Amino acid sequence: MPFKKPVQKFSAAINAVELGVGENKIVLGGQNVMPFYTFDNEIANPPKVGAEISDMGFEDQVQGITGFYADCASVADMAKKAAALDSVDFICLRLESADPNGKNAPVADCVHTAKAVSDAIDKPLVIIGCKNDEKDAVLFEKVAEALQGKNALYLSAKEENYKSIAAAVGLAYRQKVGAESSVDINLAKQLNVLISQIGVDGKSIVMNLGSAAAGYGFEYVVSTMDRVGAAALSQNDTMLQMPVITPVSTESWSVKESIATQEDMPHWGSQEQRGVSMEIVTAAADLASGSSAVILRHPASIETISKLIKELI
Amino acid sequence: MALKGLDIFKLTPKTNCKDCGNPTCMAFSMKVAQGALDISKCPHLSADVLEKLAESTAPPMKSLTVKAGDTEYKIGGETVLFRHEKSFVSKSLYAFSLCDTMSDAEADAALDASLKVDYERISERMYAEFISVTYEKNADRFVELAKKAMGTDRGIILNCTDFEVAEAAVAATAAAKPILNGANASNYEKMSKLATDNGIILGVGGVDLDELYETTEKIEALGNKNLILDVGCRSIKSAFEAAVQIRRAALLNKDRVFGYPSLVNVGALASGDENMQAALASLFTLKYGSIIVLEKMTYATSLAVHGLRQNVFTDPQKPMKIEPGIYPLNKADENAPCAITVDFALTYFVVSGELERSGVPVNLLISDAGGYSVLTAWAAGKLSASSVAKFIKDYDVENKIKNRTLIIPGKVAVLKGEIQDKLPDWKVIVGPNEAVALVKFMKDFAS
Repeated sequence: MPFKKPVQKFSAAINAVELGVGENKIVLGGQNVMPFYTFDNEIANPPKVGAEISDMGFEDQVQGITGFYADCASVADMAKKAAALDSVDFICLRLESADPNGKNAPVADCVHTAKAVSDAIDKPLVIIGCKNDEKDAVLFEKVAEALQGKNALYLSAKEENYKSIAAAVGLAYRQKVGAESSVDINLAKQLNVLISQIGVDGKSIVMNLGSAAAGYGFEYVVSTMDRVGAAALSQNDTMLQMPVITPVSTESWSVKESIATQEDMPHWGSQEQRGVSMEIVTAAADLASGSSAVILRHPASIETISKLIKELI
Repeated sequence: MALKGLDIFKLTPKTNCKDCGNPTCMAFSMKVAQGALDISKCPHLSADVLEKLAESTAPPMKSLTVKAGDTEYKIGGETVLFRHEKSFVSKSLYAFSLCDTMSDAEADAALDASLKVDYERISERMYAEFISVTYEKNADRFVELAKKAMGTDRGIILNCTDFEVAEAAVAATAAAKPILNGANASNYEKMSKLATDNGIILGVGGVDLDELYETTEKIEALGNKNLILDVGCRSIKSAFEAAVQIRRAALLNKDRVFGYPSLVNVGALASGDENMQAALASLFTLKYGSIIVLEKMTYATSLAVHGLRQNVFTDPQKPMKIEPGIYPLNKADENAPCAITVDFALTYFVVSGELERSGVPVNLLISDAGGYSVLTAWAAGKLSASSVAKFIKDYDVENKIKNRTLIIPGKVAVLKGEIQDKLPDWKVIVGPNEAVALVKFMKDFAS
């Protein structure tokens, strides 16, 4: 008796969301099968890999990251250097300096940086804020104004500040809104509904479902993504069909396994390799669970994950 | 075709004798129908009823016992494709590789390096459970390496499709119950006999899914159902397809021919590329690899991959707990202050991570709170002034630590007065509401 292959093809699909403009623009989502299940149906838009840079630079990072950007004089230079990699699909600029509890850089300075980065690269841009809800709301409005026509994605609008961000980014300046929830399908859906009610088209929303490093409660990430994917594809839930983007780098490079020095943990071996492995393992698990894009920091992680995607699609 | 609980119930004695450990025959039948219990647990069924039911009530995927030294592990036995549907039951196991082309020095070095990765993370031993030994061309070396692997506390996988060589290697390692990964379309009869004669698991391979399916069917026809399916190493894409299709066929289509655990050799799929092997180990830990073979086990790969596995194979209905006790951070000694929180693993990770980032020496006290988070534990009465005082007493904190400062979670600030009353010698301080504020809090506290 020959093997009868099971097939799970769904009539519903994840939204296809365009980022950037021109010949290097990318599409997130669009698939109607489970992650990498190319044997069920063709996957038109492979998951994308973004390189994270920060307006505070990477001075305290491992050699592989600082070394890569060593010859860069400005944030725009860093963006350009990362964007030149074939394995990089988009650039993710973190406006860390804006943090009121940190450097508290004025919004105008961040806008200037964002504009310079955008002008320096020909790949799509994702803007990450400083994680302060109020500052991000002001920041995103001004950056979106400066980047009109660039079709950038802003991470993220949260329950606390979605109103002003969605109105500015999604409605006034017609770019893409990142909706960030904290690893819970109901919260994710509720935020998508709220942002849609403001008038933002569901097809202009990308979800950040929240993330964790492998080993740090990652089971919640897996199950949330599994359930969101199932609701989107098999139940045709239009409020959960937004593609998912996962910032892997921040979580991966802040856990003990990545920050303990070799002096502290001699038997653990190279700190850099531990961080790279953590970033790679977390990213691969996010992609296998349904992320349409991951944001990474180390050039070696970017190369490996990009290759993994090519091998699987 | 799966039977319903009622159909099974009709065939039971309906005496509610409880000999099976269930309160009623009905309860027993329902569990059998769900695949949670084996029909043979009822001692009062006649042989022909058993036979009639055994096939139709057998779980969709076989559960096998594998030996790694003196430790036994279960592989397979999964009933769902996604953990939130119920739970995954058998965690993926990992292996590192030896090959007969390695010189003595190389083999010793490889063995030594990978065996060193062996540690505990939240009450679980983290290490590569297996050593995978591959035959390429030198039969004597192969057997020698297999014997060498037997001298460790790890399980053995013999990768060898040559029958005579396999026979010699199995003879040399039979006591360790190795997995013989080597059956294919042309040798399956001899290989299957070798495996069944020695009571060991047989690994089956094929050039594609169809050939794997047909060979597995033929081996089953010989009466051997102690199998593991090798997803192959033609390409990453085909290995992924095979891993998914095998599991999906078993659980979704109830196709029992593919109702076996799977073996994925990511070392062969990405030879020489440690980063890609880590990525693949992650992918196949999530998507259905029962045994995952890497070229070597390093701390870098293990810390991430074993952490991932520990997360994914937790039961969604049970919170992940860590052992209550005193955890000194940043080289804290008896003069460092104490901070107390609950034993929910996620809380521990976040809190200990932030405390470590602060660089301030502190003794983190983990109290038994039933695996709940701070607020839930407080609401459930598992984190209270009494529980804190009890912990201080039970764990002999006052004799072990001289410092009398106790930082409590900001979310249970209401407990401050009561704890202070119960611990009059201590200075109780309310910490921040969120772990993320701990770095600043501790730095301010220390200065």
